[in-house]
Amino acid sequence: MEKSLLRYIWRHTRRQQLFILAIVAASMVPYFLAFDLPKQIINGPIQGGGFESEGATQAYMDFTVTLPWLGNVFQFDGIPLDRLETLGALSGVFLLLVIINGLFKYYINTYKGRLGERLLRRIRFQLVDRILRFPPSYLKKVHAAEVSSMVKDEVEPFGGFTGDAFVQPAMLGGQAIAALFFIMVQNFWLGMIAATMVAIQVGIIPKMRHRLIELGRQRQVTARHFAGKVSEIVEGIGTIHAFDTSNYERADVSHRLGHIYKIRYDLYQWKFLVKFVNNFLSQLTPFLFYSIGGYLTLRGNLDVGQLIAVINAYKDLPGPLKELIDWDQARQDVQVKYEQVLEEFDSPMMIPPAIHALAAKSEDKSLTPLAAVNVTIEDQSGARVAEGVSVKFERGETVAIIDNAGSGAEALAEAFGRVVWPISGKITLQETDLLELPESVSGRAISYSGADSYFFHGTLKDNLLYGLKHAPTSTVTYSGRDATQRRWEMHEARMAGNADFDVHAEWLDRSTTSVRHGQKDDLKNSLLAALDAVQLTSDIMDLALHSSFDPEIHTELAARIVDMRHALRSTLAAKGLSHLVVFFEPDRYNIEASVGENLLFGTMRQGVGGENSLLDSDFFYDVLRSAALLEPLFDMGTAIAENLVDIFGSLPEDHPFFQQMITLSADEIDVYEQLLQRFKDRPEGVRPNRDELRAMLRLSFNYVELRYRFGLLTPELSERIVKARDLLHDKLPAHLSGLIERYDPHRYIALASLRENILFGKLSHRIADAGEQIRAVASGVMHEKDLYASFLGVGLEFDIGAGGRRLTLVQRQKLNVARSLIRRSDFYIFNRALPGLDRRVQNEIVKNVVDFLKEQDHDPAIIWVLSNTSLARLFKRVVVFDRGSIADDGTFETLEQESGIFKTLVA
Amino acid sequence: MLLREEVQLLRRIPYFAKVDPCRLKLLAFASSRVSYDANQELFHQGDAGDCAYVLLSGSADILMEAPDGEVKIGEVKGDCIVGEVCLLCDGVRTATVRSTTPVEALKICKDAFSKVLIDPGVTREVTRAFAEQLHRTTSELDRTRAGQRQLVN
Repeated sequence: MEKSLLRYIWRHTRRQQLFILAIVAASMVPYFLAFDLPKQIINGPIQGGGFESEGATQAYMDFTVTLPWLGNVFQFDGIPLDRLETLGALSGVFLLLVIINGLFKYYINTYKGRLGERLLRRIRFQLVDRILRFPPSYLKKVHAAEVSSMVKDEVEPFGGFTGDAFVQPAMLGGQAIAALFFIMVQNFWLGMIAATMVAIQVGIIPKMRHRLIELGRQRQVTARHFAGKVSEIVEGIGTIHAFDTSNYERADVSHRLGHIYKIRYDLYQWKFLVKFVNNFLSQLTPFLFYSIGGYLTLRGNLDVGQLIAVINAYKDLPGPLKELIDWDQARQDVQVKYEQVLEEFDSPMMIPPAIHALAAKSEDKSLTPLAAVNVTIEDQSGARVAEGVSVKFERGETVAIIDNAGSGAEALAEAFGRVVWPISGKITLQETDLLELPESVSGRAISYSGADSYFFHGTLKDNLLYGLKHAPTSTVTYSGRDATQRRWEMHEARMAGNADFDVHAEWLDRSTTSVRHGQKDDLKNSLLAALDAVQLTSDIMDLALHSSFDPEIHTELAARIVDMRHALRSTLAAKGLSHLVVFFEPDRYNIEASVGENLLFGTMRQGVGGENSLLDSDFFYDVLRSAALLEPLFDMGTAIAENLVDIFGSLPEDHPFFQQMITLSADEIDVYEQLLQRFKDRPEGVRPNRDELRAMLRLSFNYVELRYRFGLLTPELSERIVKARDLLHDKLPAHLSGLIERYDPHRYIALASLRENILFGKLSHRIADAGEQIRAVASGVMHEKDLYASFLGVGLEFDIGAGGRRLTLVQRQKLNVARSLIRRSDFYIFNRALPGLDRRVQNEIVKNVVDFLKEQDHDPAIIWVLSNTSLARLFKRVVVFDRGSIADDGTFETLEQESGIFKTLVA
Repeated sequence: MLLREEVQLLRRIPYFAKVDPCRLKLLAFASSRVSYDANQELFHQGDAGDCAYVLLSGSADILMEAPDGEVKIGEVKGDCIVGEVCLLCDGVRTATVRSTTPVEALKICKDAFSKVLIDPGVTREVTRAFAEQLHRTTSELDRTRAGQRQLVN
């Protein structure tokens, strides 16, 4: 990239800049014509110049085209018009010029805007492209948030500046020179004074602004660090809370803000000082004109007319001059920003673009061997973690690498995965340096999973299949409007030097899945097998059961789930297990559910507003009143309060039961106790007020007879509650209707989870193992109805959050391994990929992975750096590292007998 | 059965006879009701135990594994408590309890039990009742041993 932003802009927008300059020049013609016209209108038709005699006419639009040497080539005598007609005609021309000028301005502005936006797009793309091409060690040093704030914010002003980069100085410079020239013509010496003042202004002001620019640079750097700090706080919030360091962070942030404030305040002071000096200098010139010019006039050396002409002419100078100085300020400002950005993005070493070239077809021949030739690797501190390592792995081998001391094995695996670059020696794949191979070859021949995995924001499925998205495998054919849109996209991308790959094309390469029988479901089979191998299937099933989907989109699945709901019910009945679940029935009270649940008879929207805004709404109480439930529920609440006060009243405040048994705190119990006392003291017949009523009703809503066993729910009351359901749902006002979805045995409930939709009832809590029994039956029904894959599909749509943080650490590690297993590669490298798992699970998963990969027809090599050395027995060959170099290398059996180090490690 | 009836029933059990009724109500509230069909195991010999059962209705057999199959060593029905040793100390079930008729029981978990009985007065009462029970069992055992000796001699 060029060192100077102006040069960068010139290089990429040269033609457009020249074009717009030409347009600006052309726009000057109507602009100056419009200046001259008012004078003509006033002098001519209005004041009557040229129309002195009655009925006089003037020729309108007469003109002569004269060429040198040839004389008059063309002459037009014009149209004779009288005074009123001339006024009309000239005003018409004025209006026309106004429109033309407006259109010119509009065109020039949009053109400049487009120019700027394209350049901004170009530079942003170029920066991100550089990030993609930096060597891995370089990126370890930079702060992600700082880099993103640079790409996003700091380059923003470049766009605005681009349009003015050349047009502005050309135009303003021209105007300033013209004005100066005009003064010179009036009076040479006064002109010289003006020129001297201009020179001083142009000389001093930019110098003073140097400090402004320096401050600007500081402001930018501190602001960027601040952005980095804020993102650090967000990412490290758990650590901050855990160690109670929030006030330390506050202090740090406050200190940074103080520093930023100081810089910004300094900036203001300087800015206005410069402004003051600038204004002063421009006002000084008229002062000189008045005093010196006046003196000369008094002395008779200058006539008054000339002095007035000079002063008039000077009026046109400060405007362009000031703007010119402003332009220069803007130029220096963006130049500084540009240099800053360049500094961060200019790495001496960068992956050549050819290595990243798009390659849709992967070669189907397998590459082997993978070898390290005299490789030395340094860590970030410069210490050598592996030295002079030479080792060769052939296709089909299963190799365990273990470390005795140091981390040479890990470093070597990272080098195989291109996560680090060796400082000497090389990694070769089929005799070619790995770093010289296009990534389309190396990235597909080798699948690498390390301990620190990264996941992209999106669904589980997106992340699992991420490793298959190398290049668009199909082109999308667009038609109609979409085609126009796509053409526009491609054109614009090219104009801004961006890549024009279609992100909407199919990027999934279905031919490079690990399970490959040439059938349509290879991808699905690879995915399911990979999930099974890492034991993630049941997790995903759980995620599915706890999530939901939009029945409008997946109508068929919704219908099948309702079908399964009924099937489960009849299966339970057939097995004599109906008592395990109390199903939701529109016309029956559900004894396992609370009074509130029975009233609402539907699923509440989680989160914002949710439950309380409906339960507390006046509408809800109106319904209770018309269903004649207000009194009975109030009485029920009072009875519950009496019981709870009786049971919990004497317990100390911090007794664990307050959290375990009821949702009330000791304080709330006290409040209820006081309420009860108040009722008792009150004379008969006094009705409770609104708050008292609601407090008691809230208690009754949570009441489940089977659990509380206070004997408060009479059959008659439950019947009334069931009747209130219709009342509630039929008249639900619009602002509340989005909060609840009514249970309907024949419909999928979008707000409820998959599990709730299938069960559609409450488990009987009296039956000790009801949950397990149901699960067994439901699983049978699911397989019977062939819903297993569909359910997993729902689970795979789970949004894993930024960096996969909605998954547990263990799930992330498993996902990371599964992601590799889906790909078809010649070498699978696992670098301590499962450290968070316990020994037994590690053992199972490693075994599953090896078995799974060995079952496939491409006979890949598996290289696993083990954190748990005893798993080495699952591999045929074992390489033992000791202090950064290979200590032993051989089959498991020979090493077990011969190697001392190995024996101590594995024992 | 309502909570207050459960409390009445708990009071008839020797261990809880002298415990403050308020506390018993809390214990009952903190415990859950479970039902079993006939011929279902409440717990199995050798399993880790963490709760006791008070039978509210129905009856169950206490069984012990012997070399030649299970031997019935006792029976429990309404108002009886089984598995109570687990409330005071960790350990495995010394016998299997299996229902002979449909059973309704109150399941008292160790966790809830210890939290209800945090109060030293209550603990003393319960421990005393346990000690009495232990005393009876031991003397029974001694008598049995003496009987066995006589048989052997």
